[in-house]
Amino acid sequence: MNCIEVKNVTKYFGKLCTLDNVSLQFEENKIYGLLGRNGAGKSTLFNIISNRIFATSGKVLLDGENIINNDDTSGKIFLMNDKNQYSNTMKIKTIFKWMKAFYPDFDEDYANQLSKDFSLDTNKYVKSLSTGYISIFNLILALSVNTPYLLLDEPVLGLDANHRDMFYRILLQKYSEKPCTIIISTHLIDEISSLLENIIIIDQGIIMKIESLEQLLSQYYTISGNASSIDTYLKDKQVLGTETLGGLKTAYVLGPVDQKVPYNLAVSTLDLQKLFIQLTNKEEGLR
Amino acid sequence: MQINTNSEKPIFLQIAEGIEDAILSGAFSEESQIPSITEFSVNYKINPATALKGINILVDNSILYKKRGLGMFVSSGAMDVLRSKRREQYFEHYIMNLVSEAKRLDLTEHEIHSMIERGFKDELYRS
Repeated sequence: MNCIEVKNVTKYFGKLCTLDNVSLQFEENKIYGLLGRNGAGKSTLFNIISNRIFATSGKVLLDGENIINNDDTSGKIFLMNDKNQYSNTMKIKTIFKWMKAFYPDFDEDYANQLSKDFSLDTNKYVKSLSTGYISIFNLILALSVNTPYLLLDEPVLGLDANHRDMFYRILLQKYSEKPCTIIISTHLIDEISSLLENIIIIDQGIIMKIESLEQLLSQYYTISGNASSIDTYLKDKQVLGTETLGGLKTAYVLGPVDQKVPYNLAVSTLDLQKLFIQLTNKEEGLR
Repeated sequence: MQINTNSEKPIFLQIAEGIEDAILSGAFSEESQIPSITEFSVNYKINPATALKGINILVDNSILYKKRGLGMFVSSGAMDVLRSKRREQYFEHYIMNLVSEAKRLDLTEHEIHSMIERGFKDELYRS
């Protein structure tokens, strides 16, 4: 079966538990959003899936094969993050040449074309690049490797609005022409939500949600109106959180919208970012 | 056509309505090819599955049809079908809203009548 299976993965750093018995499966050729607050365990999960660090217990299977020290599986998966893991003594164009040795389907011409599009000078050394251009360099590698699995950890870090826009379009073009499984972690949820098909929410090392974006959003709604009517309405409801502005109150509610909403209250849907904030707020909300 | 990702309306419906609007305005004419799923996806930065879902609504309603290996085309007669569908929806989408807002503002039926007349006259000058 073509998929990534994470089975009961737990990771401790010293006494700190970063992933707590995580099990999930990434289906083939879908775009996933891996969302979590700072320190939730996103990068740890990415590093374990791509065999850069080892899990304390549990295992990861890629197309049914264990990924630990497995050359076959490591050539099928590419992790992009903001770390510079390439030689500082090589020019970018030389790195492009070498990529083929590790990823046979790496498209050097395409990488050079993208470098032109993003105005990245391939005669430079990676260490001399700015934060934004290190991201761009890493993105170009990710877009050119042509592996069936692509993990993007904060892909747009430090990119200006124009370059982010370009990246989203190029990624979709690439994905349409040659579908692969893409997992993106980002804090810019509003910007990326329309690209995503499935959502994973991770909180304090535990998987909180894994489902399609549409399904996830359909389970919640917001209701607003004057505070006293809202309070009456909410009595038998499961409330994620509320916001008050003068006499106005907005509540985020779990469950289908019931038919008997009072006429003076307005119902609307939640977007992914609002829902994420409500679900992962430490102060209040359902856990 | 514009896609608003913060809208109450799901993106796939916005895609479907956007294509309908383009057909009604003549931008996509009958028997002509419309942009591909990839083009919609890249242009509006949406997942291709979302674009496909929107387009499939129109295929199911025979507004669009697929030509194997070529792409999507506007059916002949699509404009008439859409126009009569939109006419049916006109009462619910526009008139009911107009009446309920008028009631909130204590506008009389007569006042609304004269506003509608004025609206049609202004439209004449504009066009």
